[in-house]
Amino acid sequence: MNEGTGPRGIVQRLLAANAVLVFIFLYAPILLLVVFSFNDNNNVSIWTEPSLRWYGEMFQNQDVMGALRNSLIVALLSTVVATVIGTALAISLERYRYRGRGTLDGLAYLPIIIPDVTMAVMLLIFFFQGFDLLQAWFGIRMTSGLHTIILAHIAFCISFVAVVVRARIAQFDSALEDAAADLYATRWQTFRKVTLPLIAPGVAGGALLSLTLSLDDVVVTQFVSGAGSTTLPVYVFGLVRRGVTPLINAVSVVMLVASMILVGISLGFQRGATTRGQRLADPAELEEDILGHPA
Amino acid sequence: MADEAVQLVDVTKRFSDEVVAVDSLNLTIGDGEFFSLLGPSGCGKTTTLRMIAGFEYPTEGSVRIHGHEMGLKPPNERPVNTVFQSYALFPHMTVFDNVAFGLEMKKVEKSDVESRVRRVLDQVQLGHRADAKPSQLSGGMQQRVALARALVNEPEVLLLDEPLGALDLKLRQNMQYELKDLQSRVGITFVYVTHDQEEALTMSDRIGVMSHGKLLQVGDPHDIYEAPRSRFVADFIGEINLLSGQVTAAGSARLGNGVEVGIPQGHPASGEVTLALRPERLAIHRTGEAIADGRNRMQATITRRTYFGDVYFYDVEAGFPEPLEVKEENRPDLGTHDVGDQVVVSWSVGAANLVSD
Amino acid sequence: MTQAPPRLDEEAPVTPELERAAERAESRRGFLIGLPAYAYLVLFFAIPLVLVFVYSFASRSSTGRTVLEDWNLDSYARLVDPLVLEIFVRSFVLALITTVVCLLVSYPFAYYIATRGPGVRNVLLILVMIPFWSNFLVRTYAWRVILGSDGIASQISQAFGGEELRVLFTPTAILIGLVYGFLPFMVLPLYAAIERLDWRLVEAARDLYADGFTAFRKVTLPLSMPGIVAGSILVFIPSLGAYVTPAILGGANTVLMGDYIVDQFLAARNWPFGSALSFAVMFVMLLATIFYFRAGAKTL
Repeated sequence: MNEGTGPRGIVQRLLAANAVLVFIFLYAPILLLVVFSFNDNNNVSIWTEPSLRWYGEMFQNQDVMGALRNSLIVALLSTVVATVIGTALAISLERYRYRGRGTLDGLAYLPIIIPDVTMAVMLLIFFFQGFDLLQAWFGIRMTSGLHTIILAHIAFCISFVAVVVRARIAQFDSALEDAAADLYATRWQTFRKVTLPLIAPGVAGGALLSLTLSLDDVVVTQFVSGAGSTTLPVYVFGLVRRGVTPLINAVSVVMLVASMILVGISLGFQRGATTRGQRLADPAELEEDILGHPA
Repeated sequence: MADEAVQLVDVTKRFSDEVVAVDSLNLTIGDGEFFSLLGPSGCGKTTTLRMIAGFEYPTEGSVRIHGHEMGLKPPNERPVNTVFQSYALFPHMTVFDNVAFGLEMKKVEKSDVESRVRRVLDQVQLGHRADAKPSQLSGGMQQRVALARALVNEPEVLLLDEPLGALDLKLRQNMQYELKDLQSRVGITFVYVTHDQEEALTMSDRIGVMSHGKLLQVGDPHDIYEAPRSRFVADFIGEINLLSGQVTAAGSARLGNGVEVGIPQGHPASGEVTLALRPERLAIHRTGEAIADGRNRMQATITRRTYFGDVYFYDVEAGFPEPLEVKEENRPDLGTHDVGDQVVVSWSVGAANLVSD
Repeated sequence: MTQAPPRLDEEAPVTPELERAAERAESRRGFLIGLPAYAYLVLFFAIPLVLVFVYSFASRSSTGRTVLEDWNLDSYARLVDPLVLEIFVRSFVLALITTVVCLLVSYPFAYYIATRGPGVRNVLLILVMIPFWSNFLVRTYAWRVILGSDGIASQISQAFGGEELRVLFTPTAILIGLVYGFLPFMVLPLYAAIERLDWRLVEAARDLYADGFTAFRKVTLPLSMPGIVAGSILVFIPSLGAYVTPAILGGANTVLMGDYIVDQFLAARNWPFGSALSFAVMFVMLLATIFYFRAGAKTL
C-alpha cells in the first residue's frame, strides 16, 4: 500500500523497535503480576515455587468475597439502567431537534471530561446535602450504601453509553427508518425491527464500557459508599495503600480476567455484527466500536 | 376523481424563513402514468416526493392520493411506497424478509405473504436469492430487491427517488427499459425523481421540470425537448443555442448580430424575444451552396470542430457573444468543415422556439 | 375564515399552523425520549456541580462542619498559599511531562501500526486495547510491585551489579504510572488520525522534491494534528486530576492535586476549601482544553 512513501530502511527498523518496546512496556507488568500470583512466597516479588495458595485464601476471605458481590451488583444494576437511559439519550440527541437539545448535549458530555475526583466531590456533597434535606423536610433518614454507589455510577455511565451508541446511530442511514415507515411500520415497530437491531452492537459496546467503568471505579465509590458497602476496587485500593501482599496479586488477576472476558465479548460482538468480516477489515470502525469516538 | 392518482394543490414547503424548497406547486398526475420530476439537485423535486410519501409535511397546501387528502398522515398510513436512492434495504434481514416487511406490517396472512413475496421476487428474477443478505448482492440486484419490496404491497402510487443513480452506465440503460416495461405491466402510477434528462425522456409519459422549488413546465418528453417554454428548461435539457433579438415586425426579429430573421408565431408585438435552437436543427453550408426557401441564414466562421464518433460538433462564430453550436452527423455525403472556413448557417423558421426568461 | 385550533389527525390540507403543530409534536417526542437522561443528569450532575460551587463559599464551624452561612472567599484566597501553589505546579508539570512523554512514544508507535497491512494492523490495535480495557487499579498496582524496594526492577538492577532502586514514592514512579495508565488514550486518536491520512498527499510532496523527512514535517505531521490535539487532551486532563496513581505510587512528598482534594474531604474535613480546589482544577482544565484546541486549529 504505502510502502513507496513511508520511510524505509533504518527509520522503519527504529519504528519497529519502538513498537516492540511499547508492547513490552504495556504487557510486562500485567504478565509479571499474573505469574507472581501463582507464587507460594509471602513476599510478592521473590519467587519460590508455583502454588494456588493465594487463590485459596482469596476465596476463603469473607471481605474479598463480600466486596466482589457488591461490585457485581453495582456494575450490573448501574449498567442496565445506564444503558437504557443512555441509549434513549443517544437517539434523542441524534435524531430529534428541540429546544434545550444543545444544553442536554453539553450536559451529557461533561461527565466524560470532568475528572473523577471532581465527580466524587460533587456526589459526596450532593448526597450529604440531599440526605440532610430529606431529614429536615420529610423526616426521612437515609444513609449511603450500595444504592448511592449505584446512583453515582449510573450518573457517569449514561454519558459513555450515549457517546458509543451515538457513534453507531450516526453511521446508519436514516433512510432505513424512512423505509420502515414507508412499509407501514409504526414508530414503535420501526424502532423494534429496524433501529434497535442495527444499533445493537453500539448498545452492547456501551453496556460493556459501562460495566468496565463501574468495575474500575475507585474514587467516586470511595466517596459515596457507606459503612459495609465497599466494592472490590475500593477494598483492594485500601489494602494496596497499606502495602503489597500476594493476596492482592490473586485478587488483581481475578479482576484482570474479568476485564479480559469483557474485551473478549466486545470483540466477539464486533465479529458477530460483521457481515463476512468487512468490519474487522476496517480498523477505524473497529476502534470506533470499541472505544466510541476518540474525544 | 379516480383518474387523478396524485394531486398537489398549492403545495409549499419552507424549511426556514429563507429556504423555500417547494413554492406553490400545482400538479396532477394521472392514474397509471409514468411521471418524472426532473431538475438539478436542490430544485425541490426530492422534497416534493418526500411530501407525497409523508416523510415531510408541506408547510401549506394539499396532497391528495386518489382524491383522499393526506394532510398530516404519517408515511405508514399512506397508500404509497418508495424506492430509495440508496435502496435503504435492511442490512440485517434477508432479501425475503426485506420484501415481506411491508406485508407483515399490514398483518397479511402468513401463507399469503410467502406466495406474494415469491411471486414478486420471481418477477424481478431474484427468486433464487431470497435467502441472501442485501450486502451479498450486486448493485443492480439490490435495486431490484428495493423495487420488489415496494411493489409487493401493490401501492396506489410508487415513488422512485433517483433509483438508478448508483448504477453504472450500462446497467442503468438496461434498467431504464426494465422499469418502463414493469410499469406498463403492473399499471401502477410511477412518480420518478431524477436529474438525468435522458432517463426522464426515455421512460416518462410526462415530465415536470423543476427549478428553485417551482414547476416550470409539464409536458410529454417530445414537448419538453422540442418546445421548451423557458430559458431554463431549454438549457437544462440537451444542448441549445439561445439567441436574443428585438421584434421588428410580425414574424420577424433582429438578432444581436444585426441579422434579421423569421421567428415562429406567438411572439409579443414588440420588445425582446429569445430564440432557442437545438444544435442538430442548424445546418452548415459552404458559401455559394443552394439553401431551401423558408430558412433563416447568416454568414459565419468555423472556430472549432470536435469529433464525437457519430457526430461532429462545430463552434461557429456568427457575431454573437457566444459561438453557435452546430451538430452534424458523421456521414460521408455531408463532408466536414475545417476551422477557419467561411460558411453559411441556416435553420427553418419553425425549428426555432421562443422561450421566456 | 373561522380559526379552529389545529387538529393533527384531521385529513385536511396542511396549513402553516398545522405544520408547526406537527413539528412541535415531533420535537416533544424527541424531548420525552431524552427526558430520563436529562432529569438524571440534572439531578445527579448539574445540581451537584452547583452545590460544589456553593460550598466553596461556605464557612466551617470550629468542629470542622461546613456551615452554609457567613459566605466568604477564604477558600479561594487559600488557593494562592505557597503550599497549595506548589502542589498545583507539581501536578501541572507532571501532567505536562506525562503528556509529552506519551506523545513522543505514541506517535512513532501509532505511525507504525497505521502503516501495517490491514490484518497486522487489527491485531496490533487489539493488543493496544486490551490494557486499555484492563482494570486501571490493577495496572497501577502492578507497578507498585515492580518498583518496590525488593521489587523486580530492583532485583534486575542488583543482578547487574547496580544498587537497590528507590523509585517508588517518587515523582518518577508517578510519571511511570501515569504514562502507563494513559498511553492508550494517546495512541488511539493518533492512530485514527494517521490511518485516515491520504497518502497520495505525501506522494505529492515527494513528487514536489521534498525528502522523506520534509514530507513528514510538512504534510504528515500537520495532517495528524487533530489526533495530537485529541490525544493530548485525553492524557493531560486525567493526569492533572489523577488520584489513584499518586495514592499508590507516590509518597508524602509527592502530593498531587487529586489526592490533595480527596484529603480535604476524607481526612482534613475542609469541604469549602476542597470545593474551591475542585473548581480551580476544572478551570485549569478548561483553559488547557481551549488552549490546545486553539493551537490545534491554528496549525490546520
